[in-house]
Amino acid sequence: MIRKEEIEHIGWLARIELSDAEKELFEKQLSSILDYFAVLDELDTEDVEPTYHVIGIKDVVREDEPKEALSQSEVLRNAPKKEKGYFKSPRML
Amino acid sequence: MKSESTNTNGVKIGLECHAQLITKSKLFCPCSTDYHNSEPNTHVCATCLGLPGALPVVNERAIRYGIKVALALNCEVQPQIIFYRKNYYYPDLPRGFQITQYDFPIALNGLVQIESASGGDGGRERGIRIRIRRVHMEEDPGRLVYKGTIDTAKYSLVDYNRSGIPLVEIVTEPDLRSPKEVRIFLGELRSILGYLSVFDGDLEGAMRVDANISVGGGERAEVKNISSYKDVERALSFEITRQKNLVRRGLKVTLETRHYDEVRGITLSMRTKEFEHDYRYFPEPDLVPIRISDMVSEIKGEIPELPDEKKRRFVSQYSIAREHANTLTYDINIADFYEEVASKMDAGLSAVWVADVLKGELNYRGISMREASKRVSADDFVAMLRYFKKGVITERGATEIIREMLDHGGKPDEIIKRKGLASIGSAEIEKAVLEVIKENENAVEDYRTGKKEALHFLVGQVMRKTRGRANPKDVSKWIEEKI
Ligand SMILES: [Zn+2]
Repeated sequence: MIRKEEIEHIGWLARIELSDAEKELFEKQLSSILDYFAVLDELDTEDVEPTYHVIGIKDVVREDEPKEALSQSEVLRNAPKKEKGYFKSPRML
Repeated sequence: MKSESTNTNGVKIGLECHAQLITKSKLFCPCSTDYHNSEPNTHVCATCLGLPGALPVVNERAIRYGIKVALALNCEVQPQIIFYRKNYYYPDLPRGFQITQYDFPIALNGLVQIESASGGDGGRERGIRIRIRRVHMEEDPGRLVYKGTIDTAKYSLVDYNRSGIPLVEIVTEPDLRSPKEVRIFLGELRSILGYLSVFDGDLEGAMRVDANISVGGGERAEVKNISSYKDVERALSFEITRQKNLVRRGLKVTLETRHYDEVRGITLSMRTKEFEHDYRYFPEPDLVPIRISDMVSEIKGEIPELPDEKKRRFVSQYSIAREHANTLTYDINIADFYEEVASKMDAGLSAVWVADVLKGELNYRGISMREASKRVSADDFVAMLRYFKKGVITERGATEIIREMLDHGGKPDEIIKRKGLASIGSAEIEKAVLEVIKENENAVEDYRTGKKEALHFLVGQVMRKTRGRANPKDVSKWIEEKI
């Protein structure tokens, strides 16, 4: 079971404001997800190598060659708030 | 007297040093890293802007540079690296996570030797060993510009040009004991990174440090945002004093993250509710594991003679003082310049003129040797020293030439002519001496009645009259003779 304070903390980590109704809803949904993981936890994984990646590819790298960037106006095109070529954001501390 | 803030008793400091690597393109996208003098948001693409669907691809050179750093810090390079997502929301991270490393970093367990600071209660040997816990790669976040200070600004402006610049993070064990030791360690680190040609300390924000500090076995506080190398002593001294004051008042230091405000020189609590497990690290699904063992032997061969080794060689090969060797080897460009001069000139004389005079003039102007070498070549320096040795110019004249070359360029012989720096003959010195004796009867009288300081004054007057073109020792003899 997941506690209400944990839901609030998760909401804060994602910088999302949650209404009381939403908190209740997520409490139920996240709890059921956790319950499902509890089922998975019952499996014996003693001799199983941990999986870090599901695709079998390794060693993909690229050459250090610079390419042209986007223009400043393209970069800022979808920004709801901008100022002098910068994105404008709320102060966070 | 020991002051409270320099007393090393019980102070433990561990560092997380982030150094920008000077690749041509960013760590996960091909945007140029040459952003330092550019308009905001002009060196960004879909990847470093975190747009949906953009895929990161690792820059091989950045990984090689990271391995080079790890080897130079005597670390154990790991066989395989994996990138992770570190999740947190902050405007400088466009994706809501930073791609960094967690398990499977580039390297573990290194060691750096530094010279003792012994500023506090001493007792620490010359040559302190600072253990390196790990070396890993990560992307630099964007840059935030605040209107006013961080705690009073209403909003912040974000520039993503820096987003995705390759950083190597070097984490030490809490082996440092004072702010001064930290400064010495960072100096050594900057020096090594410069020798490896993977780092440019002249670039603004090229190295940024977070420090974990505790006093007397208490809880530690993490101070973030020490962005200037020069500020590190001030920031840490403030934090140590703050913690000691808490302890003195019977209060406890709380485990927390504090922000260094460089304008006011203080640390502020960030009142963060985030803890290590809140970062929810997990392997970055868009990047695959990279096996690096095969690269190691080749990169080992690329590691040059490092500062400590060079220092010892300079002392034995050129028979110069340890202090001079320290100054000459700190910056690889100065070391190379010195060796070129010393190959054509008396090595001891060269050391004095490069380490004391040239380095002093560079510091005064706040420019690096690399920048200065555009105006002053080793051959010019040798030519200048030859004129000095032959007595064509005085010490003052030689210094004047160095200044002129640094400020306006030019060749020594041409500067001597243009500025009239050639030493003057004895007839001219005699004339100046006689004039000065005539003009300064009081001082002459003082000297005659036993006030030896008066001689310095008279010598000074003659030097002024001859615009420094006479040797002060000769002038002194002339005056004594004439009085
Ligand atoms: Zn990019």
